[in-house]
Amino acid sequence: MNVYAVRTIYAHEMHRALRTLFQSVVSPVLSTSLYFVVFGAAIGSHITEVGGVSYGAFIVPGLIMLMLLTQSVSNAAFAIYFPKFNGTIYELLSAPVSSFEIVLGYVGAAATKSIILGLIILATANLFVDLEIAHPVWMAVFLVLTAVTFSLLGFIIGIWADGFEKLQFIPLLIITPLAFLGGTFYAIDMLPPAWQTVTLFNPVIYLISGFRWSFYGVADVSLAASLLTIGAFLTVCLAAVWWIFKTGYRLKA
Amino acid sequence: MTTPTQFLFRETGQADSGAGGQASAAVMDAGSAIHVRGLTKHYDSGFRALHDVNLDIRHGEIFALLGPNGAGKTTLISIICGLVNASEGTVLVDGHDIQRDFRAARQRLGLVPQELATDAFAKVHASVSYSRGLFGKPRNPAKVEQVLRDLSLWDKRDERLMSLSGGMKRRLMIAKALVHEPRILFLDEPTAGVDVELRRDMWNLVQRLKEDGTTIILTTHYIEEAEEMADRVGVINQGQIKLVEETRELMRQLGRKQLTLHLETPLAQVPETLSAYGLTLGDDGHELIYTYDGQGDRDSIPALLQALDAHGIHFRDLHTQQSSLEEIFVSLVRDGHR
Repeated sequence: MNVYAVRTIYAHEMHRALRTLFQSVVSPVLSTSLYFVVFGAAIGSHITEVGGVSYGAFIVPGLIMLMLLTQSVSNAAFAIYFPKFNGTIYELLSAPVSSFEIVLGYVGAAATKSIILGLIILATANLFVDLEIAHPVWMAVFLVLTAVTFSLLGFIIGIWADGFEKLQFIPLLIITPLAFLGGTFYAIDMLPPAWQTVTLFNPVIYLISGFRWSFYGVADVSLAASLLTIGAFLTVCLAAVWWIFKTGYRLKA
Repeated sequence: MTTPTQFLFRETGQADSGAGGQASAAVMDAGSAIHVRGLTKHYDSGFRALHDVNLDIRHGEIFALLGPNGAGKTTLISIICGLVNASEGTVLVDGHDIQRDFRAARQRLGLVPQELATDAFAKVHASVSYSRGLFGKPRNPAKVEQVLRDLSLWDKRDERLMSLSGGMKRRLMIAKALVHEPRILFLDEPTAGVDVELRRDMWNLVQRLKEDGTTIILTTHYIEEAEEMADRVGVINQGQIKLVEETRELMRQLGRKQLTLHLETPLAQVPETLSAYGLTLGDDGHELIYTYDGQGDRDSIPALLQALDAHGIHFRDLHTQQSSLEEIFVSLVRDGHR
């Protein structure tokens, strides 16, 4: 195992986040806080409680998850797309680094950044509402698993993308709508029955439900379904990354 | 008379068989820095970039790979360095297979690609340190400093790469390739688009690296530099190695020589009886030019001079010149297209 290489890639990526602190940290924290203030204050004044939890507190796990999904994907996608775009990928491909080590460095750094952001937002939300975390270990499990899985997805997108438009395509047109419609701002049982069924086809609902359960012990779907969904998605992403490196897809001619 | 071209094609057969010039295959196999056998690359488009390439690069030599644009130089280098997957064939680096034993193989290689590829936002020192880390070497600020000083980049160590000139970026890429202390360095068109001074610095660096025992494989369009610097030359065209030869030996064997006689009295035409020599006239009949093989026609000059004397053709001065590697190269490539 080329530990130095993994450490080098990881440190390089973390340093990139520091170099672009405003874009990497301040911007997502600010926009999530705005969601929290606007939705929490505007809608929260009409809906006092959801499942025994105040509306302001109810939306916190969903907002963290929303940010976690989008930031993990865009962080990891940009991290691997950028060397492809400027040509410095040659160095990575010619170095004595295995595909596993490359993924470990890039995905590890992207996931770390997302988790740090999640924790910052959690701390920020705590300023506005009283938060309690019923199952902190499970919260950490969901946080880490989601960050890693969606960083892997971002890595795949970054390799697949051959232009900035494609780089933005999946995060903007698929992830964000799924996250918004995935129960960030409402519980499923608040929807008409037909929409409840439709919503169950949205994989993000399982992630948000599981994450929210770790806070308040209330969930839209069972914990097992949530874990199964994230586990299945993680497996698919790992398989895709394995195939990419085996075939050299969009990396090696 | 054997023409230079015929010579070339006789040599081509030897190179393709894998012997790589006059050295025996057995010797080359045992101690090659780079050992390539049966290397073929087909792209999905059907384009055949390399076809059954056999090549051995010796330890510690400067090997110049010459070929026209699209000949397969960069593809060959890219496969050896892990940037492109081969369709068929094997490559050993210091005896390590580039697929099965990729870590050991790549550890020994440094690559300076043709294109200037840099992360515009990174800083010089950090960028070079990053390269060292990628190759699995622990941090070593002294080594980074030494490489940056060698390449006159130490004063720029805290600058972002976007602020560097083209020549500095080229030097930075060399620094990045050298900082993990490779034994074998690939320089793909290192002097393309750089000014005279930097080119001279670059060649001084190459000489210093050679003295330190580094094997250097370079591609260049400045053939006179290959002629001057390289121990051996390989010519690649249309994805095939056409020739591998010691540079000096190649010049000796294949360099055409030209004898120019400055005549006392200009000639209107070359006498019929001298037609066997293939003489041409120059400078309005003031010069008589005889072109001959450097190796094959040694006895022909005394005979020519005697014949000229017999025809009453006298000269007041003469000079000879040998064809350059560039001319040999052009001849080889042109004939390769036939």
